[in-house]
Amino acid sequence: MYKIVKKEELTTNIYLMDVEAARVAKTCQPGQFVIVRTDAEGERIPLTICDYDREKGTVTIVFQCVGAATHMMAELKEGDAFQDFVGPLGCPSELVKETPEALRKKKILFVAGGVGAAPVYPQVKWLHEKGVNADVIVGSKTKDLLILEKEMEAVAGNLYITTDDGSYGRSGMVTQTIKDLVAEGKQYDVCIAIGPMIMMKFVCLLTKELGIPTVVSLNPIMVDGTGMCGACRVTVGGKVKFACVDGPEFDGHGVNFDEAMRRQTLYKTEEGRAMLKLQEGDTHHGGCGNC
Amino acid sequence: MDVLTKIPVREQDAKERAANFEEVCLGYNQEEAQAEATRCINCKNAQCVKGCPVAIDIPGFIQKVKEGNIEEAYQVISRDSALPAVCGRVCPQETQCEGRCIRGIKGDPVSIGKLERFVADWARENGIKPDVSAEKKGKKVAVIGSGPAGLTCAGDLAKMGYDVTIFEALHEPGGVLVYGIPEFRLPKKAVVAEEIENVKSLGVKIETNVVVGKSVTIDALIQEEGFEAVFIGSGAGLPKFMGIPGENSNGVFSANEYLTRSNLMKAFDGNSNTPIMHSKKVAVVGGGNVAMDAARTALRLGAEVHIVYRRSEEELPARVEEVHHAKEEGIIFDLLTNPTEILADEKGWVTGMKCIRMELGEPDASGRRRPVEIPGSEFTMELDTVIMSLGTSPNPLISSTTEGLETNKWKCIVAEESNGQTSKEGVYAGGDAVTGAATVILAMGAGKAAAKGIDEYLSNK
Repeated sequence: MYKIVKKEELTTNIYLMDVEAARVAKTCQPGQFVIVRTDAEGERIPLTICDYDREKGTVTIVFQCVGAATHMMAELKEGDAFQDFVGPLGCPSELVKETPEALRKKKILFVAGGVGAAPVYPQVKWLHEKGVNADVIVGSKTKDLLILEKEMEAVAGNLYITTDDGSYGRSGMVTQTIKDLVAEGKQYDVCIAIGPMIMMKFVCLLTKELGIPTVVSLNPIMVDGTGMCGACRVTVGGKVKFACVDGPEFDGHGVNFDEAMRRQTLYKTEEGRAMLKLQEGDTHHGGCGNC
Repeated sequence: MDVLTKIPVREQDAKERAANFEEVCLGYNQEEAQAEATRCINCKNAQCVKGCPVAIDIPGFIQKVKEGNIEEAYQVISRDSALPAVCGRVCPQETQCEGRCIRGIKGDPVSIGKLERFVADWARENGIKPDVSAEKKGKKVAVIGSGPAGLTCAGDLAKMGYDVTIFEALHEPGGVLVYGIPEFRLPKKAVVAEEIENVKSLGVKIETNVVVGKSVTIDALIQEEGFEAVFIGSGAGLPKFMGIPGENSNGVFSANEYLTRSNLMKAFDGNSNTPIMHSKKVAVVGGGNVAMDAARTALRLGAEVHIVYRRSEEELPARVEEVHHAKEEGIIFDLLTNPTEILADEKGWVTGMKCIRMELGEPDASGRRRPVEIPGSEFTMELDTVIMSLGTSPNPLISSTTEGLETNKWKCIVAEESNGQTSKEGVYAGGDAVTGAATVILAMGAGKAAAKGIDEYLSNK
């Protein structure tokens, strides 16, 4: 069992947890992910690693309640434990392979959307520790849904916050901020965009136009996370890749986002049914179409 | 009783079982088992033992069954096999022990598999455990993967007195026995979990959720965690796809994914939180045992199921028994048929599959007649689901993170057949990770050979 030593509600429906997982904490790198299960009947849920403490042997995860499985996760309290917590899975971020000298010469832009701020954070922090200051754009629907602002501020070179409704920071989508920064004369050698699939798609369309190589982190449907099932296959540059072992990070300009978004809807109906069953609990008697 | 004919084994009715996940074969009772055992003529130079990859003393255990001493029969089998209840169910006996049985020359061979299953089930029901070694060697061995190869290697080493830890990547031990083979062929709780408990009762520790190559490397196991030898039994993990258009449409699955959802994650059962697609019409592409398992699973989940295979019935790689059971249950076989494209609607959901008819030409490198397309024979099947069951290739997670570990051009780990020795000192390997996808019993044979190899290595170290 993997004990939850800290739990925090970052904002409505978005939670942060520090979990005891010594093996994962010892070897994980920015860009990698874990798979967790709440209980013996639980689904395997992939989550990008948000932070880690090698000495304490803990790994930080951040998740948003979107379906039955994540709601069950949110019900766990400090002191409770996950049934399973396996990782680190996937390849580390490409940045990790470069020398600090090479990185310091680069102008790096991170673009985070919503809960995507969580997987962006360890990369920005890792760079900061190597003396590399990257610019970070964090986009959120509204001020209330913004997460990790202080943490990000402490490690980012420049932090640009934008909200869709203009309730905080700049106003509009992250793509608008990218355009504005470039118009202000900013130049970037590489962009790392992590967030909802639709955001990554539009960031990539823009950065392709602007000639900025862009890396995205994909979070498709997975089962085992070790390359065994092929559920997570995505088309990148016309070739089929498995996000769990070949990714999760890919060249964003090569990703077939439309296909990836279609594949994410595969179990939508089943997920909806599971959610209904969870919400209604013992009072659930049909209505889900399954019973 | 006609000595030329075997005692028939009771099975669940085909119509009934097509709608449930209960075991198909019901097995012998003691009376039937003892009657069948009398058919064994206890050959001095027993051919059946030579046909068994783990060389069980088959006439030895059958004599004990004949005498009604089932507990001793179990101990005879346990000397050579850690998983008799599994093997009695899934071994291809017809090409191994039973294929060599003298009785088979004129009549039916002795039903060795069904007898083995009876003995193992009886032992489990009566709480009999395998004998534990008293000797302790004080040396640690790591086993990677808890499938048939790993469990056998671990069990044998524990019996010799080694301190063995198995590292398993998934949340449950058993490997293909748990994620691959369906409940109706191999019950998970009653059979697999119990046999794993037996291996644990020998002193073997199992650590789940450890992906070797990611969570820890082989070098770290040796240098930092004090393991003096390592056995790699990580299986053949990566599913193959055809590379035809439309394969990434919603509703196309690898057999691995489909079976893992149903078997490991229990998606067939209403209480599981893991979803599986409840299809109306399914094509399973491929003709091996895994294809039969996927087809029979889809059937039980309520679909009309077609096996689509490019050669003829004679070339089907699946066991005859599996094909027979599949047909009985109502699986439709579209033989000499090859898919060329998967069709989908505007939202990306599968609507059909374009196929072409094939005929058999000249024999190819494998000796089987090569299927060739019949021009102009294209047609379309209407479907909502396609399951690709085209085999698997080894997972590079370990070979790519272990320096000095040699692989061949298929990315299989290179290991000596006789003792499992790889190109790296102290590291042994066996099973599908070495051979590519094969059978449970061959993996067990490799695990057994490697246990001997590791013992020799550590004894001389």
